[in-house]
Amino acid sequence: MFISQLNKRWHIPFFITPALVIYSLFMIYPLIESLKLSFFQVDGQEQIQFVGFANYLQLFFDASWSEQFWNAFANNGYFFLIHMLVQNPIGLLIAALLSIRWLPGRSFYRTAIFLPALLSFVLVGFIWKLVLSPLWGVSENVMSVFGLENWFAPWLGLESTALTTIALVSVWQFVGIPMMLIYAALLSIPDEIVEAARCDGLSAWTIFWKIKLPLILPTLGIVTILTFVGNFNAFDLIYVSQGALAGPDFSTDILGTFLYRTFFGHQLQLGNPAMGAAIASVMFFIILCGVCLYLFFVQRKLTRYEL
Amino acid sequence: MKTTIKDTLRSLFCLGTILPFTCAAATTLTIESWRSDDRLIWQRQIIPAFEKKHPNIKLKFSPTSPAEYNAALNARLESDTAGDLITCRPFDTSLRLYQKDKLIKLDDVPTLANFSAMAKLAWQTDDGIDTFCIPIASVIHGFIYNKQVFQELKLEEPTTEAEFFTILEKIKSQGDYIPLAIGTADQWEAATMGLQNIGPNYWQGEQGRKALINGTQKLSDPPYIKALTALSKWRPFLAKGYQAQTYSDSQTQFTLGRAAIYPAGSWEIGFFTKEVDFELGAFKPPVPKKENICYISDHTDIGMGINGKSKNIKEAKMFINWLGSKEFAELYSNALPGFFSLSNHQFVLNNPLAKTFIGWRNECRSTIRNSYQILSRGIPNLETQLWSVSANILNKTQQPEEAAKQLQKGLASWYKPKLAKAEIEKTK
Repeated sequence: MFISQLNKRWHIPFFITPALVIYSLFMIYPLIESLKLSFFQVDGQEQIQFVGFANYLQLFFDASWSEQFWNAFANNGYFFLIHMLVQNPIGLLIAALLSIRWLPGRSFYRTAIFLPALLSFVLVGFIWKLVLSPLWGVSENVMSVFGLENWFAPWLGLESTALTTIALVSVWQFVGIPMMLIYAALLSIPDEIVEAARCDGLSAWTIFWKIKLPLILPTLGIVTILTFVGNFNAFDLIYVSQGALAGPDFSTDILGTFLYRTFFGHQLQLGNPAMGAAIASVMFFIILCGVCLYLFFVQRKLTRYEL
Repeated sequence: MKTTIKDTLRSLFCLGTILPFTCAAATTLTIESWRSDDRLIWQRQIIPAFEKKHPNIKLKFSPTSPAEYNAALNARLESDTAGDLITCRPFDTSLRLYQKDKLIKLDDVPTLANFSAMAKLAWQTDDGIDTFCIPIASVIHGFIYNKQVFQELKLEEPTTEAEFFTILEKIKSQGDYIPLAIGTADQWEAATMGLQNIGPNYWQGEQGRKALINGTQKLSDPPYIKALTALSKWRPFLAKGYQAQTYSDSQTQFTLGRAAIYPAGSWEIGFFTKEVDFELGAFKPPVPKKENICYISDHTDIGMGINGKSKNIKEAKMFINWLGSKEFAELYSNALPGFFSLSNHQFVLNNPLAKTFIGWRNECRSTIRNSYQILSRGIPNLETQLWSVSANILNKTQQPEEAAKQLQKGLASWYKPKLAKAEIEKTK
């Protein structure tokens, strides 16, 4: 029965197999290997030993590791929070503004706002470091035009402000992505619905809140999950602008930089691949849990409207 | 594959020529290094000098950028694609390679005799029996200053801590120049050019360094608190916004003539000599009191070893042997002013600033950075801790006593000095 079906539909395995092989080889196999590595440790005699959950216990409870881990985790949470509070609302606002038909220069703004997302992290990190530099940067001069020069501080160098500054730089870079997604969703709302609402005498404001927003909620959900995955995997921007030690005094350290330092080592600290694999696995599970929670508790409750 | 074709072509060519001995199978040795800045000097000066004497050995210098060197080299060694000659970082990074048989033992290299015990220390096993890299160069710490500013403000080179701060006060009150060009954004400057620069004068160089390893002294003892306190006094003399000032910012600040004094490592000499249009001077780290002996950080930084999997070990050894010769020492130290050969040969340096730095070896006692041998093997890593702590002190987020306590707590959490000593004795 199965064989005869397969004979008729031979094209299905034929087309799936290459993708399956490549995906397994380059995604699933390394993932499993990395999970496996996290259960081993190299001892003093360079022998690889199975240690069970010892790496994880050390990571969560041994002060020399846990301090850094929880610090990185908390910073990562804060990094995500800033994106949720700043990036996505601004993305929504810009998308809503861009979808106004009579707005002049729409396509120009669309491109200009999306452009930073195409730049490399290295460039973005470098540009903002220069802009914010207390020595050569323009920030202080720009602020003095408005009489705010006393408010200027070396933001990237202070423990109290460094993480927020970096998060905002990241927001600047990526605000174009939620904007584009939301903009596309807004455009897909049929004109008839909006016109009907207008005929019923609703104001533009009410139309947005009562009609457009519920219709784009699934897209906002996708944006949230993309932000979550992106933020908990983030590494590049902080590495480029604050170095592998994520200074000052680890105040901008997130899981990505912590993983890098542990896995590859840093200056005199030798790399510890097993511990690095444990951190990578923890990151993987955090993202997995976040995505699952979202899918089960939020995504399923969202009402989708047939348009 | 490519080389095989090339080799075959070459042998065919040789067979056909009348003078086969000119192309008698030249071996090519590849050098792995993190010194990508020095590529031209290797290609134009050092390699030709060696090839002239050994016509049947060709050398290829193939550097990786410093930040990626350790990771890239490890990957290449694991997959057996690394070059024949490996530039060695000091201490544990190389020691681990040796323990994994990635580097070979070099005890039979005759020119190793040209190096002092301290010079070889960074590339030997803890017990000092096996040597696996030949020392190439060290870097010396001190302060480079703008002579024009000193003349203009009628200042003299300071020798004591008190004089040093008087000078800084004068520069600050005059107002045209930033007294010290250093920031904390990259963190390592504060530790390397700050603490490790002035520190040896407080912990008596080698004596203090060894006392830490033997456990007779703690990082929370007075010498370290004093060193950290001296560093904390630098705060008022840094540029506005120094917390976000990077290493290259400081260099630019100094080369533009905006700052008077640059806490330096001698590796800056080459760059500064090229970049500045004013005269440069240098003074050694000031001593706490006039009668004190002075100590300098003369840090063993670069060595070279042989890849255990190399197919040309014999030729590689000839090159390693040449690295210990007077010819190389003189050539290298002059080609790269500020990187000082570690051999015992006497030779003349051309760069005046480099001459000043190396002259301190005769006036003061040399030591190396205290966190490099043995003490940075565990977690938390002492070197990394020194970086954060020194930066915190300059950033005013930590006090010297508190910082010293944190350092000691970190080290004591994994390092048991007596145990380590017993182990060393056992292996003897």
